[in-house]
Order: sequence, then C-alpha cells, then structure tokens
Amino acid sequence: MAEKLKVSFKKDSHIWRLLIIMVVWFLFMAITKGGKFYSLVNFQTMFSQFPEFGLMSLGVMVCMITGGIDLSTVGIANMTAITVALLMRNAGSESGSLGPQWFLLVFVIAILMGAVTGAFNGILVSKCKIPPILATLGTGQLFTGIGIVMTNGSAISDFPKDYAFLINNKVAGIPVQFILFAIAAAVLVFLLKKTTYGKKITLLGSSQNVARYSGLKVDWILIKTYLISGICSALGGMIMLANYNSARSDYGSNYTLQCILIVVLGGVDPDGGKESITGVLLAIFLVRALETGINRFPQISSYYISLIWGAVLLLVMVLNYFSSHNIHLFKKKA
Amino acid sequence: MQNTIKKLFKRTETYIFLILLALSVLIQVRSGQFYTPNNIVDIMSAMIVPGLFAVGAFLVILSGGIDVSFPALASLTAYATTKMFLDMGYEGNVLLPILAAILIGGILGMINGFFVGYLELPAMIVTLGTSSVFKGFMQGTLESRQLAVIPAGMKSFGTSSLFTATNTQSGLSSRLPAAFLVLVLIVLIAFLILKYTMFGRGIYAIGGNEAAAYNAGFRVKRTKFLLYVFAGVVASIAGMIRVCMMQQCHPTNMLGMEMNIIAGVVLGGTVIGGGRGTLTGCILGTLLIVLVENSMILIGVPVVWKDVFVGLLIVIGTAISAYQVTRSGRSKGNRKQTEEVA
Repeated sequence: MAEKLKVSFKKDSHIWRLLIIMVVWFLFMAITKGGKFYSLVNFQTMFSQFPEFGLMSLGVMVCMITGGIDLSTVGIANMTAITVALLMRNAGSESGSLGPQWFLLVFVIAILMGAVTGAFNGILVSKCKIPPILATLGTGQLFTGIGIVMTNGSAISDFPKDYAFLINNKVAGIPVQFILFAIAAAVLVFLLKKTTYGKKITLLGSSQNVARYSGLKVDWILIKTYLISGICSALGGMIMLANYNSARSDYGSNYTLQCILIVVLGGVDPDGGKESITGVLLAIFLVRALETGINRFPQISSYYISLIWGAVLLLVMVLNYFSSHNIHLFKKKA
Repeated sequence: MQNTIKKLFKRTETYIFLILLALSVLIQVRSGQFYTPNNIVDIMSAMIVPGLFAVGAFLVILSGGIDVSFPALASLTAYATTKMFLDMGYEGNVLLPILAAILIGGILGMINGFFVGYLELPAMIVTLGTSSVFKGFMQGTLESRQLAVIPAGMKSFGTSSLFTATNTQSGLSSRLPAAFLVLVLIVLIAFLILKYTMFGRGIYAIGGNEAAAYNAGFRVKRTKFLLYVFAGVVASIAGMIRVCMMQQCHPTNMLGMEMNIIAGVVLGGTVIGGGRGTLTGCILGTLLIVLVENSMILIGVPVVWKDVFVGLLIVIGTAISAYQVTRSGRSKGNRKQTEEVA
C-alpha cells in the first residue's frame, strides 16, 4: 500500500500537489472563517460560479494537449451568449415568456455556433498552418468584434427572464450550471480516457511529425480538437448569460488568462503531449475556492487575487522545473 | 535591376507597404482627409507608444519567445514612478522620472528574464503570470487610482512639440510631440544592436535554432535574460511617455494592448517561432494596425466595426505569412534534395 502510494505520488506529483494545496487552504479557511465558509449556500454559490470558466478551461486543455492554445474562448462565449440573447428577445416578444422547446433550441444553436467557430479555428491552425497563438488571437478579436457589432457595444438584458431562472435553478440542491458542467466534463473524460482520441491528441502533442508518419490524420484531429474547444466555450457563454442575466462583448475578459493558469496548474504541459483531466478538474475547483475564500476577508483587496494567481502560476512552473530537472530542495539520505 | 525588384517582392515588408499605400489612397478618396498635414502628424503621434511597445515585442518574438506582460509592466512602472514623484513634490524636468522608470522597468524585466532565460520556462506562460502579478501589485498593493495631476516636468515634456501642422482647409492643427524623437532614438538603438552587436546577432541566432546558437558559442541564457531586461526598459519608457502625453495617469487603460501590438509585429513579417523578421517590417506592421484603428472613421465605417477589422487583418495577415513560410520551407527542402541528387 505504502509502496503503491509512493509510486502514485511520483507519477502524479502535480495532482498530489494540488490536493495538498487544497487541503491546506480548506483547513486554513476552517480555522479562520469556520461556518461562514463551510455553509451549504456558499458551496452552492461556488458550484454555480465555476462552470462558466471551467468549461472554457476544458476547451483550452484539449488544445494545449495538442501543443496548441485557444485564446478565442472568451470571444466565442460572448458571441454565442449575445446571439442567443438576441434570439430569445425576438422570440419572447411575441408571447412574453419562452416555451420549453426554445430552451432545447437555444442550446442546439449554441453548440452549433461553438462547433462552427471552433472548426474555423481548427482549419486556420491545421490547413493554413497559422501558429495557434496567433490564429486564435485573431479569431478571438474577430468574434469579440462581431459581438460588439451585434450589440453596438452595450449590454443586452431585455430577454425573457425564464432562461436565467431555469439555469439558476437547483435540482436536489445541485445548481443546474454544475450539472451542465458535469455532463460536459464526463463526455470529455470519456473521450480522453476511453476512446483512441485521447491517445491520438497526446501523441500529436508530443510530436506532430511522428503523429503524421504514424498515419494519423493530423489535420482532422486538430480540427476536431478546436471544435471541441469551441463547443466548451459556447456552453461556458450560455452559463455566463444566465449568471449575469445579460450579454455583452467584454464580459469575462480576464478568463483567458485564468483558463491558461488553470490548465497549467492542472499539470498539462504548455508544449503539449501531456494529458491530465483529473488535475485540470481539481485546479478549476481550487481556483474558485481560493477566490471565494479570499473574498471572505473584506480587508484584502480583491485586486490581490490576480497577484496571487500569477504568483501561484509561476510557483507551479518553478516546481515543475525542479522536479523535471531532478533537483531536490530537501536532499534525502541515501 | 530586375533582380532587385524580384527580391523586393519576396519580402513581406513590400506587401505591407503596398497595403498601407492602398489603404491610405482609399481613405484619401473616401474622405479627402488622409494626405493632409494634420492627419499625417496625428498618425505619427499615435504611433509613438505602440511603436515603442512594438520594438520590445519584436525583439522578444525574434528570439523565439513572446512577451504578453509589457502593458502591465509599463502600467505598473508608469504608475509607481508618477506617484513617487508626485509624493516627493518633484519640480524638475522629465529626465529623472524617465531614469527612475527605466530602473524599475529593468528590474521587472529581470523577473521575466530570470524565469525565461535561466529557468528556461515557456515565455508565454511566464509572461502571462508576471503580467497578472504586475497588475495585482499595482491595483492591490499600490492601490492605484487615476492620477489627474502629474509632475510639472512630465507635463511640459508631454505638451512640448517639435512643430505644429495646420490643415489650411479645415483650420485644424496637430502638433508632433517631442516624444516622437524618443521613438526614433529607440528604433535606431534597436537597429544598431541587431546589426552590429554580438547580443543582437545572438537574438537572431537563438530564434533560428537555440541549440545551434549554443553550440556556436552564444551565451543563450544571458542573451535571453538581457533581452527581457531591454524589453522591460523600452516598455517602461513607452508607459511614461503615454502618461506624459495624456497629461494624467490612468493605471489600467494600457492593459489589453498586447494583442494588437503582437499582431502588428507579426503582420510585419516577423515569424512567431523566431529567427526571422526585420525592424522595418515591425514598424510598418504596427503602422498598419494604428492606421486601421485610427482611420476607420475617415472612411465612414462605424467605430463598432474596429475589432472585426483588426481581427480579420490578423487572421488574413498571419495566414499569408504562414503560407509564405511553408512555401519557402518547401522550396528550400526541394533545393536540398536537388543538391543531394547532384
């Protein structure tokens, strides 16, 4: 048992590290804030908040496994949210409220939009051979711009309230946002762990040439990857629409950085070739728990959160550097 | 002669220049306002800050890295310096604040340089992290807020002009700030460094092939470290100039500029993987972005379309340069094959 634990500790060091940080943080919150942090309502709020950037992080993760990156997630999310909001406004004006068939329809539209925009990214990356950073940087700005044109830069909030009401609901005490997130995460876990797709993108990430010579359809896999990322982002946008109860092209602009931070924290190598969905899921929750916890201390300015995130990101990178170069800070006795 | 023209048309800079020319003619035809003295001067003064940022970003991309932290670095430096000199009740000229900013910017650049150069961590992630730290430090620790007053020396530097150009038809006049000379100076320094120093050649070499550069005797780690320090210094100068020109210090309004600057640099033909690119291209590409951002109104396109156009410009521009890279790579590969055959 101890031996087994040791092996897993070595193999999944980043997951163990996250677990340790999380345990320390939760202990710290228990000591300093106790019941104020550990209340059902607080946890329900947390679970309704993290799906929006959690979904986007999952999208960034699949791209980063292939050695790419997706900087257009927030753009896709906002454009989807704006389109759906406009659509519901026009549909709702006839009857005042929305029929159940509309909810299904808007989600189908959102997924379609995510797929199309994601596939566009994928084509730029695979067929046009544009470096992913630049391609998604450009499309991100493009999608944000389209959102601005559709809304004239202002927020849209006069769509039927039924939508936000439905998503902000709880089923047996579990927020609907989290259920949506859990479904998406389950699908991704299945894709990455149980189908060959996971192995394929990992191979692609470690070496595109090797993947090509092994007969993989590299272009198609890349398009599929960015398509998945697009769908994740679009769903994230749908949740943002419900959480803010409005849509605007500059919402969530700091999520781009946050998603990359989460994915790197989760143990995915920015150069590609390493898959770690467990770590990323843990990191998504940890980032939210950190922020909610810090918000419990009114004397700490919320601006410190960005400082802490940046510092944590750098710290994790340095720790990865030490462990990959086999430098031990505390020398063990031989 | 024919050869030079042929060579010229193989370079991205030529195309960017032609696009710029076409765009300016289009604007001129649509509005009659482009080739007026005051508009040209306006564009020149709008170029100062993006141009400085672009030089720093260009050098970093040339070495195969990427820096997304420069707006946060510049904001932090400019805010800290302005606040410090305000609190001191400083009355002197602009030189001392600029020197202080250079010092702070250099130290912040060292942080980037240490992580990227000596620890060999991916530049993108490191600079994202430091960007977040700088922003948090400025807004959290320094509790930054808008400073409506700046020291008199900085103010007079921002308002001092080289000359004023007046449009005889509309009577509008624009002045070219003295800060334009700083841009010229920095571009000149960057040019000399790239062309004549070991450090500059090292940047090209590292961007082309890091292992080869190391084997050729370049001190890869030190070059990278110094490069990020230099980029930090240039960015902090840009931040100070922006504060001087705006006559007030708005801590957050530089944030978010990084994407457009990088886009301009890449449009100018700098390869994102490093090793290839020219200063001329970098400046022309930045000019193109500035022109599109500033002159939309003159063609009669509503401002809301700005992001759409810039986004399209990035996508199309990078697609073309990516196509050129693959094509030249292929022809190089063919040449190698024929050599082997021969």
